Amino acid sequence: MDMPKTGEFAHIGKSVVIKGELSGSEDLYIDGTVEGTIQLHGNNLVIGPNGQVRADVNTKVVVIQGKLEGNIRASERVELRKSAVVVGDIVTQRIAMEDGAYVKGKIEIQREAAKPSPAPATKPELQVEAKSAAAGSTPVTKQ
Amino acid sequence: MASVTHSFMKLFRGPSTVPGQGVRPVSTTQRLTRRSSGLGAVSRTLQSEEPICVLDIGSTSAANIRYLTQRGHKIYSEDLLEASTDPALITKDEQGQTILDSRRFLADNLVYPAAQFDIVLCWNLADYMPESLVKPVVARLWSTIKPGGMLLAFFHTREAGPDAPCYRYHIVDNDILEMQHVEARRDLRRGPTGVLHTSIEKSFRLQRVFNNRHVENLFRDFGSIKFFLTRDNIREVLVVR
Repeated sequence: MDMPKTGEFAHIGKSVVIKGELSGSEDLYIDGTVEGTIQLHGNNLVIGPNGQVRADVNTKVVVIQGKLEGNIRASERVELRKSAVVVGDIVTQRIAMEDGAYVKGKIEIQREAAKPSPAPATKPELQVEAKSAAAGSTPVTKQ
Repeated sequence: MASVTHSFMKLFRGPSTVPGQGVRPVSTTQRLTRRSSGLGAVSRTLQSEEPICVLDIGSTSAANIRYLTQRGHKIYSEDLLEASTDPALITKDEQGQTILDSRRFLADNLVYPAAQFDIVLCWNLADYMPESLVKPVVARLWSTIKPGGMLLAFFHTREAGPDAPCYRYHIVDNDILEMQHVEARRDLRRGPTGVLHTSIEKSFRLQRVFNNRHVENLFRDFGSIKFFLTRDNIREVLVVR
């Protein structure tokens, strides 16, 4: 999964810092800093090369190029690119790693991993309950 | 014993890192294969249908993760050699000699509940790890292994020589390993005049050579120990808690 085209993914840019619970029913690309939890049941998460995430993650697919400290639960798969740094446990159905990726933690494959609870049938929405938003940037709320 | 150990250390000791600088091992793409009797002995447990917990101490290996998870096992990956290069660990002992703070090291690494692992893959860690960390790490590993659990470790023989390269071991088959040389990293840095210079970070250097007695002493808290001699100047050791 390469850098997603703008418009397919909600995008957290390099200078954005978010602390809090991040949840949504659409795909998300993080190239900034996120601390807290990330809940994207049934959707995809990409952590870009500049992304610094300190959060537990619950998604369908996770692709990591940057840094993640936290536990990952991906119902479908996890992809670690060569620049990925993961400190935490990974539970998923499939994992793909490039040479150079760094993992400190447990890796567990669960076939037919616990299916995420279905997202309510509403329009795609990304919600952020943030304690503080990035200085100088608009809040990341999309409807 | 301590004086004999010290003599060996003086022969082979060299700083594995420049103090104050962390080292991130960079592996080359070229890989060699070797047959491993020690791994073969461990593989009997790895073939079990019952899922087991394996701790792999070495740089993250996609091959090992794939091999173990395909068999339904859980793998814990922790690169202790890389962790030992943390400049924050540097301290001084009572004699004023520079050592690494083992307490701090164990506060950040190998933090697991007691009796967690069925198998620990130690590879060549003890040969390349700084002296002050070796025994504390082995003691911690003992506590994390289940009774009856196994630890596999590799030790160079004296014939390997002080420049024996540091390898990362990847499991290819039941008793086949791929060895990937962990090489020095070349960094491009811009000097004061703006000219680019190439600096070579030191790679991991063989710190010591254990003889059989040293190995037995290192693992004295384990219930049993088995040696497998090989032709490539490596002594494979399988210990059972």
